[in-house]
Amino acid sequence: MLATGPGAAALAAIRRYAGRWGLIAALAALPVYYSVTDLANGYQAAVVAGHPVIHHDLSRLGFNFAEGLSDGAIWALIAIGYTLVYGIIELINFAHGDVFMLGSFTAVGMWSVLGLSLTTSMLGVIGGLAVALIIAMLTTGTLNVLIERVAYKPLRSAPKVAPLITAIGFSFILQNVGLLWRGGSQQSVTDLIGAQKVVFTVGGVPVLRGYILAWAVMVPLVFAVSWFINRTRPGKAMRATAQDPEAARLMGINVSNTISLTFLLGGALAGAAGLIYAVYETQVWYFQGFRAGLFAFTAAVMGGIGNVRGAVLGGLIIGVIQALSDERIGPQWTEAIVFAYLIAIMVLRPTGLLGEETREAG
Amino acid sequence: MSELAAQLREWRAAIERLLPPWWSKWWNKGLAALLLVVGVILPFLTGSNSGFLNGTIVAVAYAVMALGLNVVVGMAGLLDLGYVAFYAFGAYCVGWFGSGFFFGTRVHVGVSPAASRLAGIHLNFVLILIAAVVICAVAGIIIGLPTLRLRGDYIAIVTLAFGEIIGVLAVNGQSIGVGGGMTLTAGNLGISAVDPPWFPGSGSFSLLDLRPWYWLIFGILLIVLFVNLRLRDSRLGRAWVALREDEVAAVSMGVPLVKTKLMAYATGAAFGGMAGAFFGAYFTVVNAGQFAFGFSIFILAMVVVGGIGSIWGALAGGLLLGYINNYLIPDVLNNLPQSFGLNFQLTSVSFGIFGFLLVLVMTVRPQGLFPERRRKLELTGEVAAQDAELGSEPEGPA
Repeated sequence: MLATGPGAAALAAIRRYAGRWGLIAALAALPVYYSVTDLANGYQAAVVAGHPVIHHDLSRLGFNFAEGLSDGAIWALIAIGYTLVYGIIELINFAHGDVFMLGSFTAVGMWSVLGLSLTTSMLGVIGGLAVALIIAMLTTGTLNVLIERVAYKPLRSAPKVAPLITAIGFSFILQNVGLLWRGGSQQSVTDLIGAQKVVFTVGGVPVLRGYILAWAVMVPLVFAVSWFINRTRPGKAMRATAQDPEAARLMGINVSNTISLTFLLGGALAGAAGLIYAVYETQVWYFQGFRAGLFAFTAAVMGGIGNVRGAVLGGLIIGVIQALSDERIGPQWTEAIVFAYLIAIMVLRPTGLLGEETREAG
Repeated sequence: MSELAAQLREWRAAIERLLPPWWSKWWNKGLAALLLVVGVILPFLTGSNSGFLNGTIVAVAYAVMALGLNVVVGMAGLLDLGYVAFYAFGAYCVGWFGSGFFFGTRVHVGVSPAASRLAGIHLNFVLILIAAVVICAVAGIIIGLPTLRLRGDYIAIVTLAFGEIIGVLAVNGQSIGVGGGMTLTAGNLGISAVDPPWFPGSGSFSLLDLRPWYWLIFGILLIVLFVNLRLRDSRLGRAWVALREDEVAAVSMGVPLVKTKLMAYATGAAFGGMAGAFFGAYFTVVNAGQFAFGFSIFILAMVVVGGIGSIWGALAGGLLLGYINNYLIPDVLNNLPQSFGLNFQLTSVSFGIFGFLLVLVMTVRPQGLFPERRRKLELTGEVAAQDAELGSEPEGPA
C-alpha cells in the first residue's frame, strides 16, 4: 500500500486515468461494440420469402437507443426521487421503488374507475390519463410523506444504518400490499394508447406512441421540478436544508416540513413514472418496484447522487444499457449487467458523471 | 422511566453484593451447560421426524446464518444486503461436490459405498463444508474489495448488487457451459439427488430420521458460536468494533483498514457458506429460485430483531424468526386473515411481516431484544447525549 518509486507513480497515474475515463469507457463499450459489429458484420433486419435480409447500418442501434431513452424516462423520474431524498437526509429510500409500483397500481385502478377502455375516444383517453396521472402522483406523494413520518423521522439522530433498515422493511411491506392488491403474477392491463403503434419513422428508426407518452410526461415534469427547486422559496429551503440542516434551521426554515416536501415531490414523480410504466409496458406486477428501484438508484449514483440533472442523465443511460442488453444479450442477463455497471461506478467513480451534491462532497 | 431503571440497577447490584463472588461466574457456566445439555437431548423429546424437529433444524441453520451476518453487519458495521450469495455458494458446493451433477467426472473421497459407484464428484460432507468455507471466504473478499472506500449506505447497495448478480448467474447458469456438455448450475430445475451426509459408523443420513441432521447442524452451530465468541474478544474483534465506531480514529490508531474489513467479510461469508451447504444437503435439491433478495433481508431481520452486534441476540433472533417462519406463520396463524374475513393466507405475506418487524424493532427498540451493551448505548443515542454534554458537536443531520 505504501510502495514508493516509479511503480507507485505509474499505479497512481493509472488510477487517475481510470477515475477520469474508466466509467465513460465502460459506458461507451456496449454502443461502440455493437455499432462496429452492425456495420462490419451486418445484422438480420427481416426475413423476406425465407431469405434473411442483412443490413449494414446503424438503425438497429438507433432502435435500441429510442427504446432505451423512453425506458430511461421512467428510471429518470424515479431516480430524481432517490437523489432528492439522498441529497437532503442522506438516506437511500429503499421503499421508493415500491412507491413507484403502487403508483402504477393506482393509475391502473383509476382507469377502471374512470371507465377507460379501448373504445374510449382519443380525447377521452388523454383526459382520463391526465386525471389518473394527477391522482397517482398525489397518492404516491402522500404515501411517501407518510412513510417518512413513520419510519425515518423518529430515527433522525440514530446511526445511518437504522433508517436504511426501516426503509428496507417498508419496501417489503409495500410489496406485500401490492401482492394482496393485484395478486402474485404479472397482470396485463388495457393497452389504452396502442403503445407499440408506430407514429413516424426517423432514419429507419420507428418512433412508437409509448415513446412519445414517456417523453411527453417526463420532460415537463423534469422542467417543473428543476424550476421548483431553483426558482421558488420552498425549493430554496430544500437546497438550504440539503447543504446544512443546522444552519437552515437557524435561518428560520422549518427543516421537518422541508424534508416532508422533498418526499412529497419524489413520491409524486415516482407516481408519474408508475403511470408511464403501466401504459407503456401494458403490464403491472407487485415486484416491478424492486428492479425499478435498483435501476433508478444506479441511475442516481451514475449521474452523481443529490444532483437532479445527473439523475435524469443517469436514468437515460441506464435505459439505453437496458435496451441494448434486452435486445442483444438477452433480458435474463439485463439485471446482472446493470448491477455490474453499478459496481463499476462505485469502483471507478463513486461521485458519478456530473458530480455529487451532498454535504459529504462539500 | 429512567428512575425505575436506576432503581432496578441498584437492587441488582445489592443482590450481587450479597452473593459470593464465584456465583456470577458459575451461574453463567451453569446456564451454558444446561442449554448445551438441553440442545443435545432435544431430539429425544420429540418424534424422530416430527414437524417440530424439522422446524428446529431449519431454525438452527438460520441461527448459524444470522451469526455469520452478525459478524459483518453487527461487529464490523458493514451493512451487507447480499448475504444470500453465500447461501448460494454454500448450497452449490453441495450440488457441485456432492452429487452426480458433473456427470463427466468421477471423484470420490470418503463417501458412502452407494455414492462411490456413481458418476460425478462425491466428497465427504466435511470436505464439502471446508470447500464451502474456502469458496465463500474468497467470494466474501471479492465482494468486499470494491466496498472498501465506500460509505456505509453505498456498501449496502454494492453488496446487494453482488447478491443479485450471483442470483442471476445461478438462474442462468444452465446456459454457461463448463466443458463436456456440463453446465455451471441447473438453473430453476435445480440440482437434485444430492448425496446425504455420510460418516463412518453413522451411515447415510435419511429424511426419515432427522436426529442425525439435528446433531450435525447443532455441532456446526457450536463451532460457529465458539469461533464467534473467541473472535469478539480477540484483537480482530476489537478492531472491527473500532472501525465500526469511528473509521478515521481507528485507522489513525493503526488498525489496518483493508485487512480488517476483508476479514469481516470473509468470516461472515464462511459461516453463511457452512449453513448454506447444510441447507443444500438437507433440502436435497439446489434450486436457483431459493437465492432471492428476500432471503438476505430475512437473515438481516434476525440480526436486527436479536440485537445488532450481539452474538446471543443473533442466535436468539435466528431461532425466533426461524420458528416464526417455519412453524408459527404456516401452521398456527396461516388462516388468521380468513377468520377476519380477508381472502389471503398469512404465508403469502411473510416477507411483509418480516419487513414490519424490521420497522417495528428499529423504531421502538433499535438495540434489539438481546442487545450488546456498547451497541445499545450507540443505538439509543445515549452516547450522543453524553458527547453533547462533553461539548463536542453532535454528528449528522438534526
